[in-house]
Amino acid sequence: MPGGNVLLEARGIVKSFGGLVANDRIDLTVHAGEIHALLGENGAGKSTLVKILYGSLQPDAGSVNWQGRPAAVGNPAEARALGIGMVFQHFSLFEGLTVAENIALALPRDAAGRGLAADVRAVSESYGLPLDPAARVASLPVGVRQRIEIVRCLLQRPRLLIMDEPTSVLTPQEAERLFETLRRLADEGCAVLYISHRLEEVRQLCHTATVLRHGRVVGRPDPGTASTADLARLMVGAEVGGVGNREGESRPDGPVRLAVRGLSLEAGTPFGVSLEDISLEVRGGEIVGVAGVAGNGQDELFAALSGETPASDRTAVEIDGRPCGRAGPRTRRRLGAAFIPEERLGHAAVPGMRLSENAVLTRHGTDRDISVGGLLRLGRARRLAERIVSRFDVRAPAGDPEAKALSGGNLQKFVVGRELDRMPGVLAVSQPTWGVDVGAATGIRRELAALARGGAAVLAISQDLDEILEISDRIAVISRGRLSPAVPAAETTREAIGLLMGGAGD
Amino acid sequence: MRVELRQRSADSRLMVWLSPLLALLLTLVFGAVLFAALGHDPLRALYVYFVKPLTDAWSLEEIVVKATPLALIGVGLALAFRTNVWNIGAEGQYTVGAICGSILPVMLPEWQGPLILPAVLVCGVLGGMAWAAIPAFFRVRFGSSEILTSLMLVYVAQLLLDWLVRGPWRDPEGYNFPESRLFEADAVIPALAGRLHFGTILALLAVAALAVLLGRTLKGFEFRVVGAAPRAGAFAGFSERGSILAALTVSGGLAGLAGIAEVSGTIGQLHPSISPGYGFTAIIAAFLGRLNPVGVVFASLLLALTYIGGESAQVALGVSDKIVRVFQGAILIFVLGCDVFIRYRLHFRPMRRAAARAEEAP
Repeated sequence: MPGGNVLLEARGIVKSFGGLVANDRIDLTVHAGEIHALLGENGAGKSTLVKILYGSLQPDAGSVNWQGRPAAVGNPAEARALGIGMVFQHFSLFEGLTVAENIALALPRDAAGRGLAADVRAVSESYGLPLDPAARVASLPVGVRQRIEIVRCLLQRPRLLIMDEPTSVLTPQEAERLFETLRRLADEGCAVLYISHRLEEVRQLCHTATVLRHGRVVGRPDPGTASTADLARLMVGAEVGGVGNREGESRPDGPVRLAVRGLSLEAGTPFGVSLEDISLEVRGGEIVGVAGVAGNGQDELFAALSGETPASDRTAVEIDGRPCGRAGPRTRRRLGAAFIPEERLGHAAVPGMRLSENAVLTRHGTDRDISVGGLLRLGRARRLAERIVSRFDVRAPAGDPEAKALSGGNLQKFVVGRELDRMPGVLAVSQPTWGVDVGAATGIRRELAALARGGAAVLAISQDLDEILEISDRIAVISRGRLSPAVPAAETTREAIGLLMGGAGD
Repeated sequence: MRVELRQRSADSRLMVWLSPLLALLLTLVFGAVLFAALGHDPLRALYVYFVKPLTDAWSLEEIVVKATPLALIGVGLALAFRTNVWNIGAEGQYTVGAICGSILPVMLPEWQGPLILPAVLVCGVLGGMAWAAIPAFFRVRFGSSEILTSLMLVYVAQLLLDWLVRGPWRDPEGYNFPESRLFEADAVIPALAGRLHFGTILALLAVAALAVLLGRTLKGFEFRVVGAAPRAGAFAGFSERGSILAALTVSGGLAGLAGIAEVSGTIGQLHPSISPGYGFTAIIAAFLGRLNPVGVVFASLLLALTYIGGESAQVALGVSDKIVRVFQGAILIFVLGCDVFIRYRLHFRPMRRAAARAEEAP
């Protein structure tokens, strides 16, 4: 219970990556026996902070005290030796090996001896996390895989257990069992640092909380007494009064150009999110923003819109009234749609290919003069790439450089320009300004707004709530694969959106 | 002092072409040491192995004869490898191509005429394609690794050939040797000069076709995108499964063509040892030729030289014929090793600081 001895004390932790300050003078105190929530939006600096505590990153400044003594955690092995264990959001298990073999791999050599299977069984059962040491990981569901990771930590008798969004992959029942285990651990004096954005479960489970925003500590509410709304307000920042809508209160009433009707898709991978009955209409002239915390189905929604994951129903997606739910990306582009995915390298562009070839990547189906009778017109592709580079102010090495030679922001300008240059009637874009400097980001948002003003329907998926609020006419929130109804931006608040992001709509 | 590999900011275009030359040089040094250890004068041995075959017409001709199947298989493999499809079983597709191409000449020897040769070649291509379609199917349907399945099918194909020429297809007038009957004249690929046959022209046509396909067509672009970044390929609207199927069957078809061209054009009948490992050596040709169809031609000529040089060394120095495999293996290892420097450069730094960052990730 809270009030135990101070176990871990971090003071003034600073860590920056290039120009981005991920942790800005963060203080954190964790007591023995408490479950301490670390809250924040994506990019708030939670992961950076725990990686520093676990030794996989080194801070630029600041100090960490462990049980009252200064501790320099040089690497994860040192952290484990101190008694710090961590369960990652995405597991590091070998599917072809058994449970016991996977656990043995992570233990010091002398601990991984013959009695291990019995130890695994004993520890797992005493904490209500039953595991069969001889089972092969490949055959186990995600919830059980997480148990392996937890038991692996518990075998080393940790004093502090760090859990990175542990329930994001669990069913509610599995989550409930996990909470029981964590409470039991806390009762035994182990501290738990619990990263999450699900506010309701933080309120149920955690004794204390630290909220981060933009790399800084913005509050230390008491989860027992604070309401979910309080927590949401802290997380997404309430000091920016009302909603900053873009120029005027124009309510576009153009025709519906992009329609999604009752779209459901099973997750393709164990870490994927299933989409459940998503419906949405985007009219010409408006930008609809989809807010949400990463990993709630954004990737799946984008793939369903672009046609990378076709739906089973033709009418699940309609572009300008034409059903294309089962069509692939090329057909959808020919219907006038354009797509900009979140990941620039490897998804929107091929890193090792030249800009001209990357222009061909999404334009070969719509620009008839680029591929004539199956032959590529490389000269025309090169002129197209040059046009995009000059029109959208892409700073690139001279000639026709490979995509990976461009900086993130400039490649994003190229990728955005490649689609906008076509004047699409429908645009779906994911994380339009992710990892882009402020100047370029403003430019890209302006281009999106101009496209919408020209009559196009724009759907923008973003985890950056400020961005959503800045560019959207209407806002919907995606959480656990479900999409809330899109409401006019002027009629909603940060708090309401924050609550939906935290799973209040589930 | 500690030596590290550091990633270059951009791949070195110079190293892409310097790497095979460097590998060749290292292979020569390695060969010199090897011959010295075997008790031969290294310079004379290397002369016998690598230079002497280039000095007379007979062995030059033989180099082209051996380079022909290597180039045919190698360009197909270049296409497959660019698509990130690891067809290691070209030797099996070559063998099944040879078997299928032999069906008509062996079972219907009385059928003659101008149509028989095209039919024989088409059967060979189809045989190779069918054999490659098996690992392709398992890959796209069940996700099984084509590296293992295609390789295992090599041994199945070789046993099938062995059984055929010792059993149902054994030449009744062949004094019980494990051989099929000889192909009739119309089923034999016409000679160009000496042992050179028209198959060499087919190989050059295949090289030209694949060079155009990979460099100038949308289809070839599709293969390259799917191989380099499958997600970007899906985003572009290209079918990954389709590309995998196509890359495997095309490379299998070319290996099958190489098999029947060798049997029909060079050997004239089926017997158990129709290949000195062309299907495996072609893997080296593909990498040494930078997965570039034209580069594969030069690499095939060089690897053909290692075959002829091996024979020459066997006769002049009395070394084992296994020396050929040793040299081919050395070339592959050195070229893959040198390829590291396309993406990385060497970096030297003092020892003290290196220890501090020994472990990074959990």
